[in-house]
Amino acid sequence: MKFFQSIGAKTLAKLSTAGRAALMLFGALVAVPKFKNVSLTIRQVYVVGVQSLLIIIVSGLFIGMVMALQGYTILVDYGAEGSLGPMVALSLLRELGPVVTALLFAGRAGSALTAEIGLMKATEQLSSMEMMAVDPLRRVVAPRFWAGMISMPMLALIFSAVGILGGHMVGVDWLGVDAGSYWSIMQSTVEWDKDVLNGVIKSLVFALVVTWIAIFKGYDSIPTSEGISKATTETVVFSSLAVLGLDFVLTALMFGIE
Amino acid sequence: MSQQKHCQSGIPTFSENHSWTVVLIVMDNLVEVDNMTFRRVDRVIYEGISLKVPKGKITAVMGPSGIGKTTLLKLIGGQLLPEEGDIRFDGESIPDMSRSKLYHTRRRMSMLFQSGALFTDMSVYDNVAFPLKEHTKLSDDVISTIVSLKLQAVGLRGAAQLMPSELSGGMARRAALARAIALDPDLIMYDEPFAGQDPISMGVLVKLIRELNDALDLTSIVVTHDVTEVLTIADYIYILADKRVIGEGTADEIRNSDSELVQQFLKGEADGPVPFHYPAESLSSSLLGGAE
Repeated sequence: MKFFQSIGAKTLAKLSTAGRAALMLFGALVAVPKFKNVSLTIRQVYVVGVQSLLIIIVSGLFIGMVMALQGYTILVDYGAEGSLGPMVALSLLRELGPVVTALLFAGRAGSALTAEIGLMKATEQLSSMEMMAVDPLRRVVAPRFWAGMISMPMLALIFSAVGILGGHMVGVDWLGVDAGSYWSIMQSTVEWDKDVLNGVIKSLVFALVVTWIAIFKGYDSIPTSEGISKATTETVVFSSLAVLGLDFVLTALMFGIE
Repeated sequence: MSQQKHCQSGIPTFSENHSWTVVLIVMDNLVEVDNMTFRRVDRVIYEGISLKVPKGKITAVMGPSGIGKTTLLKLIGGQLLPEEGDIRFDGESIPDMSRSKLYHTRRRMSMLFQSGALFTDMSVYDNVAFPLKEHTKLSDDVISTIVSLKLQAVGLRGAAQLMPSELSGGMARRAALARAIALDPDLIMYDEPFAGQDPISMGVLVKLIRELNDALDLTSIVVTHDVTEVLTIADYIYILADKRVIGEGTADEIRNSDSELVQQFLKGEADGPVPFHYPAESLSSSLLGGAE
């Protein structure tokens, strides 16, 4: 009997958490955009986007390099090393760009968002804002949410671009694949709407999920050092799992049925 | 307006008795808590509590820690909703207000949090300017003047460009006080303003609370458990314990109270009506129980 009770209690708790998360997002998004909030959003784009650039560029470069190396050793056996360009570009644009960017974003920016909002809650900054008749959902949460939505697709595209250059460095400059075929076959294979646009859509979905989880975990955290540490961990774990799971669903929808 | 009317009608038939009635009518309450019950999950915090905060006065709310004094301030600020009863601000019920009405009303009240709750990513100047920038359309020059005046009032004009992390605890609380009075509110609520302060900062805060209250025509609620400081500045005192008001009155009335609970609190005795031990089974039975 207790077992069933605990199942019920846990389900109710999960449902009410989901409800709170939805209400928070709704509260942040119905905000009438003010000019003031635009400048706040731009500042957050700098914090979550620009400051994530280094990790994104370095990771993109190395992933592109590794893919070229691995791809070359396989393709060369079939004399197909000319197809290295499209292989690197397609894997990056369709999968690795959006997915790895989202995972890195969750670790770099998502955890920081959770910790920042959680600490603002713990030090009563959110509460005092409310008492000053300023809605923290609009002043604190909304700009961070939009900053995530704006930054993530751009970061994913930068990741893919740098990865393609990394592939070029290893494949063409080091292993001797013909530069002309690297670029021209890539150009003729990669399609704008099917590959590039789908990748951007993917990273928009990931941006929504990762930023939402990050700000909600901070906003809903228990305002103690233990609570914030737990919330930060959960942000990274939950958003990574959500990204990987959603990636499968999105890939199946976009590329599964021809 | 109504004050004048009452006074004028009261003066011609002046008698000792009559003037007293006039005073009572004139004395308005800014905040009224009426038979309010509040509980958190299963724990009852307040049970049918009532108190009144008269306009222009400093009202102190004292009680042992953990009694939910901060909760009371959050209830008055509309951040929490009572289960039963009513809380009125200037005659209007806070729990019944719509969200936009509540936010509008909150511009007339402000709260000084225990930690100060300064925004850590802004300088002291920007912290004090924050409510002005959010709620007014004043030009930057005017805002700058107001901020300087407010900081001057708390003695921190020279610290305007410091970040909150560079302030001492007492300075942070004074900066937060400057922010709290930035919009010239009607009501200011102090949450444990003296906790963890050295004697000098404590003296400064006591002086500030009294002077700001009188100079800016404020109404103040001070929640604290520092008995000596409060008895010197409060016009009226409520002592809370055990989910209700156990004593109320002016400082003298409280000092001479015959309630054991009030006396234990004032004198800081370790044991009394509030027991030293957290409720538990008796020590001997607990020890014997372990042996069996």
